[in-house]
Amino acid sequence: MVQSQQESETLEPVAGQSQSDENVLAARNLSVWYGNFRAVRDINLDVKRNSVLALIGPSGCGKSTLLRCFNRMNDLVLNSRVEGQIIYNGTDLYAPSTDSTEVRARVGMVFQKPNPFPKTIFENVAFGLRVNGFKGNLQEAVERSLRQSALWEEVKDRLNSSALELSGGQQQRLCIARALAVEPEVILMDEPCSALDPVATLAIEDLIRQLVAKYTIIIVTHNMQQAARVSHETAFLMVGEDRAGYLVEMDATDKIFTNPSHEQTEAYITGRFS
Amino acid sequence: MASGDILHPSSGFETAEILATERRKRRRRTKIQGKLVKWFFISCALVSVLTTIGIVVSLIVQAWDFFIEVSVWEFITGTRWTPLLKPQSFGVLPLVVGTLLVSSLAAAVALPVGLATAVYMAEYAPEKLRRIIKPVLEVLAGIPTVVYGYFALTFVTPLLQGVIPNLIVFNALSAGLVMGIMIIPMISSLSEDAMIAVPRSLREAAYALGATKFEVARKVVVPAALSGIVAAFILGISRAIGETMLVTIAAGSTPRMTFNPIEGIQAMTAFIVQLSLGETPHGSLEYNTIFAVGILLFAMTLLMNLLGFWVVRRWRMKY
Ligand SMILES: Nc1ncnc2c1ncn2[C@@H]1O[C@H](COP(=O)(O)OP(=O)(O)O)[C@@H](O)[C@H]1O
Ligand SMILES: [Mg+2]
Repeated sequence: MVQSQQESETLEPVAGQSQSDENVLAARNLSVWYGNFRAVRDINLDVKRNSVLALIGPSGCGKSTLLRCFNRMNDLVLNSRVEGQIIYNGTDLYAPSTDSTEVRARVGMVFQKPNPFPKTIFENVAFGLRVNGFKGNLQEAVERSLRQSALWEEVKDRLNSSALELSGGQQQRLCIARALAVEPEVILMDEPCSALDPVATLAIEDLIRQLVAKYTIIIVTHNMQQAARVSHETAFLMVGEDRAGYLVEMDATDKIFTNPSHEQTEAYITGRFS
Repeated sequence: MASGDILHPSSGFETAEILATERRKRRRRTKIQGKLVKWFFISCALVSVLTTIGIVVSLIVQAWDFFIEVSVWEFITGTRWTPLLKPQSFGVLPLVVGTLLVSSLAAAVALPVGLATAVYMAEYAPEKLRRIIKPVLEVLAGIPTVVYGYFALTFVTPLLQGVIPNLIVFNALSAGLVMGIMIIPMISSLSEDAMIAVPRSLREAAYALGATKFEVARKVVVPAALSGIVAAFILGISRAIGETMLVTIAAGSTPRMTFNPIEGIQAMTAFIVQLSLGETPHGSLEYNTIFAVGILLFAMTLLMNLLGFWVVRRWRMKY
């Protein structure tokens, strides 16, 4: 604890200056605690702008926990605590002066299970805009987001019907549109396809490949093929002796899948354990 | 082989054989048991259904005698209620207005406070505090209404008289305010249950879009729980309309066609109490007013509940 605090002190100015424009996010000596249990420890990684980073690893290794640090969603968990830093465009997301709602407007999130609000399709997409005090043309903004998430053609005639009438895959694309509406810079996706059928999954993967032109995406996935298909870089996490998750390695996705530096990575990817 | 047996006896699955035999034995027993259980539950359900029917029928029968002598129209639209004084007059509106006045005052207190309490409990209160407040509210809901009645009469009324000097002792204001306090626990508890049932994933979705805690409560949790909240409101108001003790003790016994809360009124229930405690002979026209007022009261609460049912159906949100 003491050690990581010292490190973060020395790191702060360095990070503030040296973070190149290439990286939009970085984790520095990041540990997350749930009460007395350390769920992830000493994570250091950089996330390149306009790229897709895949987080892979066995269940319970802390992928979701790590992901939820990037938009401070872990703040909502009672007794959770974060050590170290998340640097976003040169500022520390966990600095006392940083407003967590501001962070979440800049770093959007898509969840494992589609979770549209029990409102109309339109209101779902407009929600973030309204909450963040959007003054422009709501109609246009909603349409733009729905087009970006490749849902517009399917829903343009029923914007005022309930979002819950959509299929699972459509609901998930609606959730993506909802996240896109506030124009975040980064989108976090926590196993976004795990509740979807293969066709809907491919639609989301297509979408991810298109979105990366404008956004940076971090995706947690259990599906190795999916990681290989959509991501540029892959980070492999594992549970250590102390039951805390740690980063084994992170590299270009090609390299991770063909020639990983660590034996465990290869073992995991080839399915020798999971 | 017993009928309905699908396992071939020589299948060689030993455990399955044993289970099949056991099942066969049990099947006969459970068939009878099933029937008994079913009839037990049906008869339990019938008790309340039959009671309700009985009440309605007896109300109608006895109100019939009343409405032979006084027209329904006169009863419903008349603005003077003097069944025990000469000249007699059977316009029920003063009683209805009295009941509505007290209930509106109660609603004005209980709806905002009950909803705010529920939001606080469901969204803001730390778990420890919740575990203390919840039982306290439930105790509050269990206090006998006569206690609330005397609380209104001997505590709240003198207090109010300090602020409003010409407030008379028996008044609608005090009864209405205390009635509001009385139904807060019911409203907050039911609303809170509805809010707690809103899935965490919806809250997370809103937070992830940059919503503040208050925005999450106001724009996601309350709308998603709206049908439950409205049901709680309607149950609370129904309860206020039917409440007897408090209005009998604190609101007065003067039927008066007024919406001024600082005056004394007589609520429908309070009239029924007054008349049934008096010396009016059974079967007389005066006595039968009880049933006419009773049936109207019944119709009003039924209407409220139907309204609630409709609202809940109309606004129900799946999640
Ligand atoms: N809210 C929480 N409270 C306590 N422990 C948690 C909580 N969320 C996750 N954990 C624990 O943290 C570890 C990592 O969980 P998680 O990040 O969900 O893993 P993954 O997403 O890789 O499956 C697990 O051991 C899990 O039990
Ligand atoms: Mg997870």
